Amino acid sequence: MLFEEYVAKPLLAGAGISVPTSRSVRTADEAADAARDIGPCMIKAQVPTGKRGKAGGIRAVEDSDSARVAAADILGMKIGGHCVETLLVEAQVPIAHELYAAIVNDQKTQGPLLLFSQHGGMDIEDVALAHPNDLLQLPIDIRNGIDRNALELLITPAVPADAVDLLCTTLLNLYEVYTDNDAELVEINPLAITRDSNVVALDCKFTLDDSGIKRQRELSAKGTPEKLTELETQGEALGLRFIEFSGNVGVLANGAGLTMTTMDAIRHYGGEPANFLEIGGEAYTLGQAALELVLSHPNIKALLVNFCGAFARTDVMTEGIIEAWQTLKPKVPVFFTIHGTGETEAIAMVRERLQLEPYDLMDDAVKAAVEAAQ
Amino acid sequence: MIIGDDDQVLVQGITGKQGTFWSERMIEYGTRIRAGVNPKKAGIIHCGVPVYASATDATDAAPIDATVLFIPPLGVKAAVLDAINAGIGKIVCLTEHVPVQDVMYFLAAANEANCQVIGPNTAGLVTPGKNFVGFMPAFNERVFRPGTVGVISRSGSLGTLICLKVVETGLGISAFIGIGGDPIIGTTMRDALEMLDQDPGTQAIVIVGEIGGSMEEEAATYAHQVTKPIVSFIAGAASPPGKRMGHAGAIVMGTRGSYASKRTALEAAGAEVLDTPGNIGQAVKDKLGE
Repeated sequence: MLFEEYVAKPLLAGAGISVPTSRSVRTADEAADAARDIGPCMIKAQVPTGKRGKAGGIRAVEDSDSARVAAADILGMKIGGHCVETLLVEAQVPIAHELYAAIVNDQKTQGPLLLFSQHGGMDIEDVALAHPNDLLQLPIDIRNGIDRNALELLITPAVPADAVDLLCTTLLNLYEVYTDNDAELVEINPLAITRDSNVVALDCKFTLDDSGIKRQRELSAKGTPEKLTELETQGEALGLRFIEFSGNVGVLANGAGLTMTTMDAIRHYGGEPANFLEIGGEAYTLGQAALELVLSHPNIKALLVNFCGAFARTDVMTEGIIEAWQTLKPKVPVFFTIHGTGETEAIAMVRERLQLEPYDLMDDAVKAAVEAAQ
Repeated sequence: MIIGDDDQVLVQGITGKQGTFWSERMIEYGTRIRAGVNPKKAGIIHCGVPVYASATDATDAAPIDATVLFIPPLGVKAAVLDAINAGIGKIVCLTEHVPVQDVMYFLAAANEANCQVIGPNTAGLVTPGKNFVGFMPAFNERVFRPGTVGVISRSGSLGTLICLKVVETGLGISAFIGIGGDPIIGTTMRDALEMLDQDPGTQAIVIVGEIGGSMEEEAATYAHQVTKPIVSFIAGAASPPGKRMGHAGAIVMGTRGSYASKRTALEAAGAEVLDTPGNIGQAVKDKLGE
């Protein structure tokens, strides 16, 4: 789950990291008021995406009137598909150096990884390309946290000597933000050393581990909800992962891997999937709700039901589908292919109660569904 | 594979609905389930085995080689640490949606204790004809028949389909290793590939990958030196970038984790990568020259 800058920065401040004085606003008048109180400031679009500066979503202004003009320009702007509805009005800071700092979940070392560079203010991918040797990395044993001496040794060659101590403290505080909040990523870019030798976070990107949401209720309420269509929202409310696409072959399968594979096979045989919908794992008893959801998709011309039971029992899933079938009476042709745990009972049910013959080969079912949709 | 013929197995969370159902299946199949854990039900007999308050209590009573967890996400960290402290050498973690920082914590502890973790978010391990741990339909003879093909999969449902496709052609399975669909897991695809490469009972290897992360690319760096034929299917070619496709690990960010990157890496290592899983059995058979 993503967090916008104005929600993420208080997390930094809470851990003792300096951030500029700021106020979040939603109108040009509010921006002007804020600028009057704060003085020379930055007007920053609040959207859950990068490259805001390049898109014209960040502007420096010197007074209240120019703040009003800038805010009016930026509000309503589309950046990376997101409409700007909130601005952060933030005090300007006299910058001496712009640095980069982040802590991420690292697949390779199977632990947190601290990333640090003396080249801040640009995308980390660009830093990695332009100055690969200056992208410093410190793998962390999450049981012990960051070793301050190791951290000091790492950054000392890269930064002004008088800033080392304060930077180490800032990075240790950043690590606290990471562990206290089940972060997947927390990044400060740029992290500024000011002309008066302070260390200030000028931006913050924070991503909450989705698996941590259940123990971070208060925090997750402040995150940016994923942009969902109406049907996707219905799916989420039911506990189903449903993603809507523009194709016309509906997909109902169990398990993430099998569902993706079903979509792949549809495209391979010349069709386009209408959706991703899996009822695997604990959701395998939701066959009825799932069928209703996928049949509501406006584009679908054919539906493919592909079950392969491991944990999920195909007989339970199929029974749910058949029960929903009686009330929903699908108008599009439906193609079944069923394998694995409970398959004998499931296949018999489809034959007896729906008078349909499940396909023995998944590829044949996909071909038939693609053909029917055309 | 991983779970040996004589390994004594513990089930943490044995008394729950899924724990009970799958413990019964495992016992029927031949897995040596010797004890269970539930802190609130210590002292009872469940599924024919004694239930203890902790893994440590269980290992005090009798030696245990491996444990499988039917534990809800927020209880997994404590349960795995309990198993590590009890000295159990192999831990199979089935649970999905375990907070990643918990996973990193117990993996660090497991590495230090020289303990092998499989998962989290795996459907388990099957050695056809011998034993299985987890929730795979090992008992379904259309899916699992003993043989010489080793299968590594990030997905349970897709792994099941792939095994069925292999068995359909008359071949059999030497081992199914479900590594799990999470971004950070104990036994990686590369680790599993190395095990199957060294397993004398495995003559061909099937890698079932999916988009997201760099597990397939890392496996490919080892695959170069494997002389056994490798056939692969990677799920997610038709999935759009930036969307999490059900599994926590299945997300493409920029070009990282993309289908093309994985396919290219595996093909460069000499593996055959198929467009759909339909012909995977035949492809393995052709490679084996049967």
